[in-house]
Amino acid sequence: MTVLDRAPAGAAPARKTDPAPRRETGVANAFSHGFLLLWGLLTAFPLLWVLVSSFKSDAEILGDPWGLPSALRFENWARAWTEANIGQYFLNSTIVVAGSLTLTMFFGATAAYVFARYDFRGRQIAYYLFVGGMMFPVFLALVPLFFVVRNAGLFGTWTGLILVYAAYSLPFTVFFLTAFFRTLPTSVAEAALIDGCGHFRLFFRVMLPMARPGLISIAIFNFLSHWNQFILPQVLMQGDDSKWVLAQGLAALAINQGYEGDYSGLFAGLTLAMLPVLVVYVAFQRQIQSGLTAGQLK
Amino acid sequence: MRHGKYPLIVTFLVPPLLLYGIFVLSPYLQAFQISTTNWLGYSAEADFVGLENFATLLRDGYVWNAIKNNAILLLVLPLVTIGLGLFFATMLNMGGRRGRAGVVGVTGTAAYRLIYFFPQVLSVVIIAIIWREVYHPNNGLLNASLGALGINGPSWLGDPRFAFWCVLAVLIWSNVGFYVVLFGAAMQAIPRDIYEAVMLDGASRFVTLFKVTIPLLWDTVQVAWIYLAIAALDGFILVQLMTNGGPNFSSDVIGLRMYDTAFGSETKFGYASAIGVVMFFLTLSVAVLALRAARRDRIEYS
Repeated sequence: MTVLDRAPAGAAPARKTDPAPRRETGVANAFSHGFLLLWGLLTAFPLLWVLVSSFKSDAEILGDPWGLPSALRFENWARAWTEANIGQYFLNSTIVVAGSLTLTMFFGATAAYVFARYDFRGRQIAYYLFVGGMMFPVFLALVPLFFVVRNAGLFGTWTGLILVYAAYSLPFTVFFLTAFFRTLPTSVAEAALIDGCGHFRLFFRVMLPMARPGLISIAIFNFLSHWNQFILPQVLMQGDDSKWVLAQGLAALAINQGYEGDYSGLFAGLTLAMLPVLVVYVAFQRQIQSGLTAGQLK
Repeated sequence: MRHGKYPLIVTFLVPPLLLYGIFVLSPYLQAFQISTTNWLGYSAEADFVGLENFATLLRDGYVWNAIKNNAILLLVLPLVTIGLGLFFATMLNMGGRRGRAGVVGVTGTAAYRLIYFFPQVLSVVIIAIIWREVYHPNNGLLNASLGALGINGPSWLGDPRFAFWCVLAVLIWSNVGFYVVLFGAAMQAIPRDIYEAVMLDGASRFVTLFKVTIPLLWDTVQVAWIYLAIAALDGFILVQLMTNGGPNFSSDVIGLRMYDTAFGSETKFGYASAIGVVMFFLTLSVAVLALRAARRDRIEYS
């Protein structure tokens, strides 16, 4: 190939060596860039507006929505963090998500490993029982779930939320990880067993480390869905607002600040809730995008 | 793997199964049973009433109104979102096709992908609050812009003519980025030589898109369709937070109907469960229909 291909410039095997495409401009390109830019602005602008507004005074927000703040009023942020309890809700969310994510990942990995690697009676049934949960809307379960959690004495507790988050993430986690464990080479496992490695050690020392890419993808997926969960805490964590998670706290903040006219506090609260997530996203965008797209697809 | 595997199977499988059984399976099963009672929540009495709840449901104008809105969502949301998703993904992944390499992305592809995906990582609550402020009749971004042009903007979410469409627009806004990335990933997997061959044959951009790219992406589009259809039947958190179904039920959806029936002023748990059961069957039939409608000959290229 390479020898033959030296002649006509147009036919060179240009895949990697091609310098920036020549006349890439032209009508079509201006057209595509125009739309791309428009959607980019449409996506980013509202978020940027929230950030800018979080520094404004209420008068500035009400009087001139497009204007820039006359000063960087970090006291808005401080007010939202302490008085509107955003700090507390942040901590609560962190506790709940740390617990639920650990539980989901551990149970998901062990169950998936068994489904993928061992043969036993009733495996098919148990597997489809698990995976079937992906198909149903959470709604259907909402009313009975409320009573199941209440009768277990877990209503309004973090433990309750942690267990419920984990339970509802299991179907997808098991589904995803079962497929992943199946792709791992059996030869390694067999070699380890012959060398006298027990089944438990095999899982923790060999299989789990090998499954790391899959575990990370699904962990990112679960982290975002737990962190952003709204309907489950709304139903299961009514009342005592000192235990609320961030999403609940924000919803309440929006209602309260609307009444009180403290718009700067609301925008500051939104910014505080938004920024960490966006920063983490920008830092790990590749993993997050591929994790989420692999996650939502089967 | 002969001896000693059962201790592992039992320890590894029983705790997850228990958790799943208690919090997921049993509520689903109970929902079907509760839907046949007239249970009013906290009271102990719950009489079996058979299919009475479902009969009431058939005559319930509010439920029908909500279903109508869900039907519109079901039609518009996947269509617009997939359309925009395909459009932007095409631009990003093969917009600059003048290069000899066949198909390449436009410059700045990575930046666009980064930004478009923003809404996907934010919680629905944040999205709802942001847009409520954007739509705010007096000091919102939208009416301030219209005001600058000398137009007196309506009170978007407070106007029965606009409220539902405003929420729908936000649903589309928050979903498009995800599908751009999803379709983009699928496009990257299409072998480049196919495009080289098509280009040699002198096919135009649009012919390439409709005759080559989309058919090869069909599997992904189909999954996107099902996923968006389910999102359209749900869509309830956004509605609840932005308009709470109002004004005058103009933006009500079936999920919100169920939530209000169960946890609103009256706790009609029996009736709410019946709505849940209907939703379950609606979701199921939409998924089945989507699979059927989208079925075509599968194209293999690997």
